[in-house]
Amino acid sequence: MAEHVIKLPDVGEGIAEAELVEWSVKVGDIVREDAVLGAVMTDKATVEIPSPVEGKVTWLGAEIGDTVAIGSPIVKIEVAGEGVFAERAESGGLETPTPDPSPQGGGELGSSPTAEIPAQMAPKRADSGSPSPLWGGVRGGGSGSTAPFSPGPPRPEGERPLASPAVRLRAKEAGIDLRQVAGTGPAGRITHEDVDAFLARGPQVPAGTGLRRREGVEQVKVVGLRRKIAEKMALAKSRIAHITYVEEIDVTAVEDLRAKLNGEKKPDRPKVTLLPFLMRAMVKALGEQPAMNATFDDEAGVINRHAAIHIGIATQTPSGLVVPVVRHAEARDLFDCATEMLRLAEAARNGTATREEMGGSTITITSLGAMGGVSTTPVVNYPEVAIVGVNKMMVRPVWDGSQFIPRKMMNLSSSFDHRVIDGWDAAVFVQRLKTLLETPALIFLEG
Amino acid sequence: MKDIVCKLLVIGAGPGGYVCAIRAGQLGVDTVIVEKARAGGTCLTIGCIPSKALIHAADEFLKARHFADGTDPLGISLASPAIDLKKTVAWKDRIVGRLTMGVSGLLKKAGVKTVQGTARFRDGKTVVVETETGEQIIRAETIVIATGSAPVELPFLPFGGPVISSTEALSLPTVPETLAVVGGGYIGLELGTAFAKLGSKVTVVEAMPRVLPQWDAELTRPVVKRLEALGVTVLAGTKARGLVASAGALAIERANGTEERIDAEKVLVTVGRRPVVEDWGLEEIDLDRDGRFIRIDDQCRTSMRGIYAIGDVTGEPMLAHRAMAQGEMVAEIVAGKTRGWDKRAIPAVCFTDPEIVSVGLSPDEARKSGREIRIGQFPFTASGRAMTVRGEDGFVRVVARADDNVVLGIQAVGTGVSELSSAFSLAIEMGARLEDISGTIHAHPTMSEGFAEAALKALGHAIHI
Repeated sequence: MAEHVIKLPDVGEGIAEAELVEWSVKVGDIVREDAVLGAVMTDKATVEIPSPVEGKVTWLGAEIGDTVAIGSPIVKIEVAGEGVFAERAESGGLETPTPDPSPQGGGELGSSPTAEIPAQMAPKRADSGSPSPLWGGVRGGGSGSTAPFSPGPPRPEGERPLASPAVRLRAKEAGIDLRQVAGTGPAGRITHEDVDAFLARGPQVPAGTGLRRREGVEQVKVVGLRRKIAEKMALAKSRIAHITYVEEIDVTAVEDLRAKLNGEKKPDRPKVTLLPFLMRAMVKALGEQPAMNATFDDEAGVINRHAAIHIGIATQTPSGLVVPVVRHAEARDLFDCATEMLRLAEAARNGTATREEMGGSTITITSLGAMGGVSTTPVVNYPEVAIVGVNKMMVRPVWDGSQFIPRKMMNLSSSFDHRVIDGWDAAVFVQRLKTLLETPALIFLEG
Repeated sequence: MKDIVCKLLVIGAGPGGYVCAIRAGQLGVDTVIVEKARAGGTCLTIGCIPSKALIHAADEFLKARHFADGTDPLGISLASPAIDLKKTVAWKDRIVGRLTMGVSGLLKKAGVKTVQGTARFRDGKTVVVETETGEQIIRAETIVIATGSAPVELPFLPFGGPVISSTEALSLPTVPETLAVVGGGYIGLELGTAFAKLGSKVTVVEAMPRVLPQWDAELTRPVVKRLEALGVTVLAGTKARGLVASAGALAIERANGTEERIDAEKVLVTVGRRPVVEDWGLEEIDLDRDGRFIRIDDQCRTSMRGIYAIGDVTGEPMLAHRAMAQGEMVAEIVAGKTRGWDKRAIPAVCFTDPEIVSVGLSPDEARKSGREIRIGQFPFTASGRAMTVRGEDGFVRVVARADDNVVLGIQAVGTGVSELSSAFSLAIEMGARLEDISGTIHAHPTMSEGFAEAALKALGHAIHI
């Protein structure tokens, strides 16, 4: 027989290690050539690992969330040969009990693939030794189902708890309302041990409210994108001295303009939201304040002021926050900005965005749309120095000097790296955005 | 007479009262019990125990009659047996005497003072007892009312003369030629059956469409069949109208409205029991009521602080073992322990022929609770032991929840099944599942094997059926 060891392939760009985010196979699976074995995640892209051969998976070298060095073995595949299986089936003997249980135990994580038993045989053996299915989950060796603190099945509302008279007496004397005790016995029967566990857990909530205490902690491994986000946020918050500036913008004019454009929409033009106006306003304002369109290399002590304006658009995807980048916003008109933003947001949600599209921004916009709230405290997208946060738009009464008039109002909550941006400069930047958005013609004025 | 001052006063020495007093005495509570008749109450003196004695005597006599008339297949024969009911009653009275003496002794041993006489509340802390030697005032911190119940009298058939209650039926000097039993509940059928076996021509008059209406028809069918075999006439849907004294007959009205007369040397009225709530001063303390009964909470507390009530005076089911459990609980509460009524089931036994026992929910009751159920039934025709005692009529039936197999109810009808009630009750109190019962070895050959088989049947793999 032959064993094929698959090593973590070089995913390019000088990356030395990658995080395993998914296994598509498990030990014992038969895989075809080119079948996907699993996926690793590098900086911001997920790379699938194909199988180069056909055979049976005998070993997986990493768990989800592990960081694996490029070139280290991660999967072992036994190249299938009929002879191998036949010989094992005979020598293993389905009916003969094996005095040494190690071959069975090796089914999961056996370090020596040659000692494996074909995967199909393992469940048969387990079944032959188990009692009638009527006995439910209580199997001889099932340590999981008999764990002392595993909660019993939930009791339907209003049903009397199941407990022997001795347990009931003990609970009564201890002042325990058995309706609040989870039973671990058969059919949720409350045992003496359950009462012990309940007593050990300390003060009790009052009875009879119908509310029940829940116990236990679900451990969610922080892997993949979530871990990247966590690292990035921690970095930004630990390095950057944030200052947030909130200003109110009257967007009535820009909204009227937007409505007009969308009303006269041509088939090749996208529907325009407020964000392309903001992007163009930012391009205009950044021309006057290049210090805002920068990345701060705090290790080297250098501020890189970028000529190009690459605007990151913070985007919610099913797996978490990503920031696709509209590159060269300074060279895009309103409709181009709108088109590119829609395309990138779609690609990010589908997971088809390339590594290049997911990085390299020089300033960022964050907008939660209708969920935008009154104000937010955006976290600067390290190593950038500014982020513009868009809050919810709403009609508010505005005093025009003689009366209240309804105006479409919206706040901008913008954060800056106070290490390199002074509050005055931040205020000037936001006030410039306010002027531009309140009189949108200025955005499009040349020069 | 010098006043008695005590911690606990129990009024009534029936099964509830005497158990309460004994347990309180054990726990060191200074206890006094008042009883106007004999210790033991209805149960020991004019109820459970004497009726079982009479039923046993009747069974034995019936066997002898069968041996004599050649209808018995066992090959035993004898000539013209006779019964001297006076002797039977004397034998029964000796049993009652021994038991009441025993209870008195137990009370004494537990340090309980017994006062003979009729108690009457003066206020919530004071009771006056009319004794043979005068009035005795007893002041108590806590008082337990255990005054029990008495047979219900029908206005058109007042007790007296030929109209008797269960009490008189247990002490008749001779076997009546004809006996009309008004009320086909368990008391009427137990005694009616006994007298039929002793030689009376018995007619049971029941207003409801069938006898033993509190049990389901399937469970009572073997009993009805046996009544027929014993020559008992069962008139269901029939009302008693009154005594025709001159003719020694009972006027009845059949379901279709026709009036008839049935011969009745004696008319036994067993139409239920009522709580004894008069002549002991209830009006002085004005307790909340629950219908005719005294209202109690889950610790048997009445609406007045320091006054408890237990037993038949507190409601259905009017059973001695319920009263005993209540009495024990109250004694422990009075002694400072934390207790509450948390029983899952109170077994009910009917000593008809064959016997009926029911614990927990019947199939219909279980269905009404809204859960899916499964039922397993084992007929005694498949039991070797049942054949050898000539008791093939009947079955054991187990009712369980369908999803987790927790047993909700167990019923049985058959010879001697009253003794299975302990296993049935234990299973339900312990929260047994069907697998717990089927997984317990039941001795062979016994009627109790039917219990395990019924559980197996509910699980879908009975062995012997």
